[in-house]
Amino acid sequence: MRITALVKRIVLQLVRDKRTLALLLVAPLLILTLMHFLFTSNDVPSTIGVVGASSEMIERLESQDFEVSIVEKMTSSEEVVVKEELDGLFYFDGDKIELTLENEDPSQSGMLQAKLRQVLSPAVNDSTIEVTYVYGSEDTTFFDVLSPVLVGFFVFFFVFLISGIGLLRERTTGTLERLLATPIKRWEIVFGYLIGYGLFAVIQTIVVVVYAVNVLDMILLGSIWHVLLINGLIALVALSLGILLSSFAASEFQMIQFIPLVIIPQVFFTGIIPIGRMPDWLQGLSKIMPISYGANALKNVMYKGQELVDVQFELMVLSGFALVFILLNILALKKHRNQ
Amino acid sequence: MSILRVTDVSKRYGKHQILSDIQFSAEKGQIVGLIGPSGSGKTTLIKIIMGMDKPSTGKIEVLGERVPKLKLLQQTGYMAQSDALYQDLTGHENLTFFASMFLMTKIEQKERIAYVTELVQLESALKKKVATYSGGMKRRLSLAIALIQNPQLLILDEPTVGIDPELRQSIWKELARLKTEEQKTILVTTHVMDEAEKCDVLAMIREGHLITSGSPQELRTKYDVPNLEDVFLKAGGEAHADYSPR
Repeated sequence: MRITALVKRIVLQLVRDKRTLALLLVAPLLILTLMHFLFTSNDVPSTIGVVGASSEMIERLESQDFEVSIVEKMTSSEEVVVKEELDGLFYFDGDKIELTLENEDPSQSGMLQAKLRQVLSPAVNDSTIEVTYVYGSEDTTFFDVLSPVLVGFFVFFFVFLISGIGLLRERTTGTLERLLATPIKRWEIVFGYLIGYGLFAVIQTIVVVVYAVNVLDMILLGSIWHVLLINGLIALVALSLGILLSSFAASEFQMIQFIPLVIIPQVFFTGIIPIGRMPDWLQGLSKIMPISYGANALKNVMYKGQELVDVQFELMVLSGFALVFILLNILALKKHRNQ
Repeated sequence: MSILRVTDVSKRYGKHQILSDIQFSAEKGQIVGLIGPSGSGKTTLIKIIMGMDKPSTGKIEVLGERVPKLKLLQQTGYMAQSDALYQDLTGHENLTFFASMFLMTKIEQKERIAYVTELVQLESALKKKVATYSGGMKRRLSLAIALIQNPQLLILDEPTVGIDPELRQSIWKELARLKTEEQKTILVTTHVMDEAEKCDVLAMIREGHLITSGSPQELRTKYDVPNLEDVFLKAGGEAHADYSPR
């Protein structure tokens, strides 16, 4: 029968395509495992500074597993929080209590605030606590923090996919081979691709950033030029990674298979889930994820209003990733020609 | 000096012996036919000659220099078995793109494009997207691209496969003209025996072995048969006994 023959053929094809098979079976497990670890390590931030607290109060906080450091207040609370890398700072001034939260992650701040109120509740009246925020305000939502990250992620994802499939099509239609039968050098091909698709990546970046800031009213405390520069670097990394991985794919279908393997794990490390609260080995993993640097830089510039010098480390790492991928691309073309 | 010299070229992928000790050469103004059924290793040999693949042993020389060398590609026109064209570009854009790969100036480009399109009679379709071309038009455009940089050596992998007899004849007429008027050296692969008749020298390949070579007339005399198909069968049979122990 036609149908049985068809089914048989499909089964046979799939069994022979080991990679598709592996993707079908192993990749979901991989992602599920990753998500399991990510979402179960959800500790409440616990480094608290206190100014002028009674020893009884300090004991009470410490009994609830808070790491309490006694600070002498000299400058503003905000500065102390940033300098001492605290999650929050209590300033006790007689009956008045000021709580300054770092608020790097609004959802974590909410949890911290709730827990602190609980600790203090029998002794202190809720309404006497005055809460201020270093970053954002009480109206800050998770999305405000997330949005810079999303901008970077979408730039990364689409540039990756389009450039990858672009070079792939060139290989599957035979035009790459035809191209390599001309005296063009390998690095010329790589740079041609980088520049060609780079142009579109730049346009895409501009459109995304301008739309996010002006239409979606995304928080932008830093300079839009800095945001464009960071996104440009993210795009360059995505571009070089996309064309690099495309040389390990035999068809568009196999290129798509890189998404759950390469793109989705990166989503987890963009700061959607706070990296600082992950288990150590996951934090280590975040260090090899290019997008975690891009997301961090974007967050610092857009949400915290930092300057380029403050994110120079991230920018350097991104450039490093791009450089390595570009060199690997030139090497990968060796498969087709030696010069 | 031979334009192309293939010396003892062997190629193996793992356990598969694709080519064994292939040896032949092509002189200026010659059409050399690489004859053999599909799967005999012709395309692999072409790729080795183009420098896209490395021989396991043996060497290739083009214009007296050892392949691979980028500058030799300037003198080598290549037409692959499949029409490797940019479908969403026009014929003219394809030609311009490849012309730029050879670093031709604008004026040179214009002259060569005009010349090669006239040669393959594509003038009227130059502004159309390649995706709209017929199979024959795509083959002709591929040939035009292979000629764009005015190379001394032309390597054509199955140039006439899948095209109508009329066009096939016009392509062969063109090859003959390139040979006589422009003294080009042309290496062409085919598995059609009546095309073999039009070559000056034949190299017959079967299962990666060169079973015999010579001009069509020489081969017919040598094997004492009326046509080339029989030469192939007879030579193949003899060679087969040599290289495959039973």
